Amino acid sequence: MYVLIVGAGKVGWNLARELINKNNEVTVIESDQGRYAVVEEELEHSAQYGDGSELWVLERGGIERADLVVAVTGDDEDNILISQVAREKYGVPRIVARCNNPRNLQHFELLGVKPVISATDLILRLIEHEVPKYGLVHLLDLPEERLEIIELEVAEGSEAAGRAVKDLGLPDGSLVISILRDGGGFVPAGDSVVKAGDEVLLVLDVGIEPRVTERFTNRSGAAA
Amino acid sequence: MFVLIVGCGRVGSAIANSMLREGHEVSVLDEDPEAIALLDRGQSESWEERGGRYTVGTALELDALLAAGIQEADAFVASTDGDNTNLVIAQIAKRRFEIERVVVRVLDPARARWYAEQGLQTVCPTQTAIELLEAAVRGQIRFEGVSG
Repeated sequence: MYVLIVGAGKVGWNLARELINKNNEVTVIESDQGRYAVVEEELEHSAQYGDGSELWVLERGGIERADLVVAVTGDDEDNILISQVAREKYGVPRIVARCNNPRNLQHFELLGVKPVISATDLILRLIEHEVPKYGLVHLLDLPEERLEIIELEVAEGSEAAGRAVKDLGLPDGSLVISILRDGGGFVPAGDSVVKAGDEVLLVLDVGIEPRVTERFTNRSGAAA
Repeated sequence: MFVLIVGCGRVGSAIANSMLREGHEVSVLDEDPEAIALLDRGQSESWEERGGRYTVGTALELDALLAAGIQEADAFVASTDGDNTNLVIAQIAKRRFEIERVVVRVLDPARARWYAEQGLQTVCPTQTAIELLEAAVRGQIRFEGVSG
């Protein structure tokens, strides 16, 4: 398979290396001269210097015969444009684009660029799959990724009190990452039961907080 | 009509002042709060005193476009210093907000040509310069002072 990668940041460079190791033909285009020099030292002829949103640079990179174009620059407008041109002008059968700012996802969708990979989604998936191994390092990056971590007290008489985590009925994009009780804390499994008086840590997409907190408060408004 | 201009550089600010002078409602969006100075340059009253709108925000942020009034815009000008930004926001204006009159400044002739073929009204200053300069070199035209 011939893969054209635009952007030799961490993502582009590592992707290029992995794909080459898996015996694919790869070209990675980088517009920063210093970065290009570093990457070229390892990847040699697989690296090309140029602005990947210039059509002639894409053509020189062989976009017309590419089986896959991966747009992973640090600028969403560039990734959108490269993907759009790859698909609509050059008829590239498969595109993968990176969305740096989750707020721009709607623009990718509007212009028909898909699939889109966003770091937010990847971290969320990682958390979902690896909650027990989940470390504080990832947490520190989360605010920039437009995720929130909130702490809630479980109110007496709330929907959540007495329910297992898996039955909490939380909206998509939210996850209980730990339960604090009696001075200690633990990472819950799906069948861990939340009790009134517990403090619960959740990670969530920005904007869904009201739908999450309502599960933990007492609907009648009485204090727990 | 209501004109929204995104990108307040030499081009955007000049169009904004002309449109305002012609009696249109004009809103300008730029990420630089200082760029409003370009709108005031050579004017006795400030941009806002003359009734112009100015919003500080990033072109790609939907909230900024909404604050600048994209929903009411009859005409949309994309004149930031980024070709790709201009091409993306112009498509947002056209497809999402269904603005009929969308014009885009694109410096790269190749991208300008292809997106024009896709139905965008692109203006390419580079291409215009090439054509004028070539004609002047051939002696086909001769301009006194500055072209245009």
